[in-house]
Amino acid sequence: MVSVDSIIGRNSLHRKVQRSLRIQKLRALGLIAPLFIFILISFVIPIGDMLFRSIENQLVSEVLPRTTEYLKSEQINEDWEPPNELFWHLYVDLAIAAEVKLHTRVGSRLNYEKTGISSLFRKSGRSIKRFGADDYRKALTDQIPELTSIDYWELLAEGTKYGYTRDTYNAWKKRLIENDDFSEKTKPSDFLFVVLANDIKSSGTTPSPDTILEEKLLPVISELPEIRFKELFLETDEDWAEPDVWDTIQLYSPSFTNGYYLNSADFKKGSDGPELRPENERLYVLIFSRTLFMSVTITMVCLLLGYPVAYFLANLPLKYANLFLILVLLPFWTSLLVRTSAWKVLLQNEGVINDVLVAIGLISNLERLELINNQTGTIIAMSHILLPFMILPLFSVMKTIHPSYVRAAKSLGATPWTAFRRVYFPQSIPGIGAGSILVFILSIGYYITPELVGGTTGTFISNRIAYHISSSLNWGLGAALGSILLAVVLALYWVYDRVVGIDNVKLG
Amino acid sequence: MTDKDNGFVVFSGVQKSYDGKILVVKDLNLSIAKGEFLTMLGPSGSGKTTCLLMLAGFETATQGEILLDSKPINNIPPHKREIGMVFQNYALFPHMTVAENLAFPLQVRSLSKSDQEQKVNHVLDMVQMSDFGNRRPGQLSGGQQQRIALARALVFEPELVLMDEPLGALDKQLREHMQFEIKHLHERLGVTVVYVTHDQTEALTMSDRVAVFNDGIIQQLDAPDKLYEAPNNCFVAQFIGENNTLEGTVESFEGDYANVRLENGQVISALAVNVGKVGEKTLISIRPERVETEAERCPEGAQKITGEVLEFIYMGDVFRTRIRVGSNDEFIVKSRNSPSQQRLQPGEMVTLGCMNKDCRALDYQTVNKEVLT
Repeated sequence: MVSVDSIIGRNSLHRKVQRSLRIQKLRALGLIAPLFIFILISFVIPIGDMLFRSIENQLVSEVLPRTTEYLKSEQINEDWEPPNELFWHLYVDLAIAAEVKLHTRVGSRLNYEKTGISSLFRKSGRSIKRFGADDYRKALTDQIPELTSIDYWELLAEGTKYGYTRDTYNAWKKRLIENDDFSEKTKPSDFLFVVLANDIKSSGTTPSPDTILEEKLLPVISELPEIRFKELFLETDEDWAEPDVWDTIQLYSPSFTNGYYLNSADFKKGSDGPELRPENERLYVLIFSRTLFMSVTITMVCLLLGYPVAYFLANLPLKYANLFLILVLLPFWTSLLVRTSAWKVLLQNEGVINDVLVAIGLISNLERLELINNQTGTIIAMSHILLPFMILPLFSVMKTIHPSYVRAAKSLGATPWTAFRRVYFPQSIPGIGAGSILVFILSIGYYITPELVGGTTGTFISNRIAYHISSSLNWGLGAALGSILLAVVLALYWVYDRVVGIDNVKLG
Repeated sequence: MTDKDNGFVVFSGVQKSYDGKILVVKDLNLSIAKGEFLTMLGPSGSGKTTCLLMLAGFETATQGEILLDSKPINNIPPHKREIGMVFQNYALFPHMTVAENLAFPLQVRSLSKSDQEQKVNHVLDMVQMSDFGNRRPGQLSGGQQQRIALARALVFEPELVLMDEPLGALDKQLREHMQFEIKHLHERLGVTVVYVTHDQTEALTMSDRVAVFNDGIIQQLDAPDKLYEAPNNCFVAQFIGENNTLEGTVESFEGDYANVRLENGQVISALAVNVGKVGEKTLISIRPERVETEAERCPEGAQKITGEVLEFIYMGDVFRTRIRVGSNDEFIVKSRNSPSQQRLQPGEMVTLGCMNKDCRALDYQTVNKEVLT
């Protein structure tokens, strides 16, 4: 026998095989690359971003950096009183944020966790302008007129002495630049003068190079009335005295939070770890379990209705089977919205079904059935819409079950029912699996139909997600609910694989 | 042949039509004795499978009666007929193991667990598959699946077993092997077997009697040797084995023999099996191995036919010589490869010899060659 090595060198053969394999691989990659890139850009990245939002929580610490930094070391309990210094930091943070209206966003973010914070922030954002900072500006600029110019502040910010002023000025400037509001003609805001005065006062006793500034300003500053921030804030809204408010701010200061997930499970963050929400605030566990229950019900209904139909189709001669298959697929030719709306016409109180039932005297006019805007409506309409997804996999699996199996069973002495139960049915299980998975996963995330016919009791978790994405704008919570939904589907898929085996799923 | 009193299985005047217009089975009368191995042989569409399905109970006879052990079974559903059946695709239940498949007919008959186990083991032994009880059908080869299918049809000890082209999916060698196994099983168990096939070799090898079907009618029902050597009509002669036909006209009768003038003017004598009156056309059937290329090698009294050699094919044990006789240029002569056997060259004129009892004058009918394959 002549070995390959003796014809051409082993290495060279190896190289050639490698090369041809590599070319094949590259070609295969080239074929899938466009779709892969498309999916990556339009699907994977946005979903990743969405999932990230469910834990992301940078807004609070970004907008209120000084306040949250100070709160870090505080032990907040029922007897705790917010110290004066805290209100000073809150004043600076809020003043910067109010320049670009960021305080309202933090307000609404925190409002998800504790109602009332939104209005508290909005009110305070307005009232801090009346805390007397304009007196400081007038007094200081009277002494040094250059202080009205932004260039002077730039110089001040370059110096190292007044650290707090520098940081505050830079933060303020950054916000304005972000908002495209900053130019050389921008006037420094009033609160900056308060900050500067505060800095000068506290460093005035030590000798420094900026003596001229201090010589001129120190006397004025000491004559100016001290601003009592705590009193002013409490005057604006006495909620600022509530430890709860500060507790909420403290709990949501970290950049990442499990708050959205806790919220999705009807929990909330407490100072001693997660705690169950009061009964009247619980919602999502109910909606999740309702979504699961209704999806299972719809899947069962589809299976019960679809199995006989698929069986009938699979045992028809091919030319008739194709005709009936077209009838099964017919609903796909009309829009989902139209079909759902049609169900509204049929199911409503004065709708076709009730009218007919009243007309033939089955029910009286006063006891018309409530078939829409509840779970019944959602189950009826969605079962109808998802039925083809059950019938098609069942049909294609049943089509592969040769009639001789049932014949064999009968010839071996099995009654028609036993032959069906022990021989036909087990072989159709892959179709049941495929159809059920398809219908279940489609229904668990269904949105349009429950939105239109579900009323309040027949809505799904997807309707809540849509509500948070488009109406309440609580994207984080929407993302958390979405990721829980995804996790539930994956978990069920895993369980299914364990129980039935995913190899047993056949679509045809 | 309709012997209602003796037959274990009796078809009496059975007709079957699927669409109400065309009869797939036309007036079938057939009696099968207990313990017999009967094969229904015929081209596809000849009605043989329909007959089997009617016997099994999966099709109902449009007319006529089917008796099993003297009891009419027309209205008995298949599962109460106690007939074992082997299907073309084996129809082993893919979701059950081999043992479960075999236990299935016993379970539906509510046998005790130990009885089930004993019978399953017994039947596995019988088909020499004892080690395969825990396998799934999908893990077995075609021949092994075939054995299990056979075992399953036998495990509940039916007196009648139907087989619908059970060896059709196997390759040639395995098929031949299985033919003998089935035959031996039949001999050992003494069950009645009705076997359907379109493979004539299979039919000849295995059967006690063969019913040749065509066009919904049994063309001939006979033992294999009779069928091959003494076909009653042209269809059977053509369908069973290799056959040469010569077209001619009946000139006169001499006892059992008819003198037939071929198209080329020669007159030969042939056994008058199925011919009309003098002057009518006939087809003479001669088996290729009953013709000698050298007339001298024939016994006394052989008749001579002249022809031109068209092709000589060396096949090892035999030579096949294709010869033009009259208008038929597909006249085949099979000769044994012996040292004295002449090897003919194309173009040579030869005088063929054959005995007149080997020439059978049959009905004149043109047979569509495609039906036969």
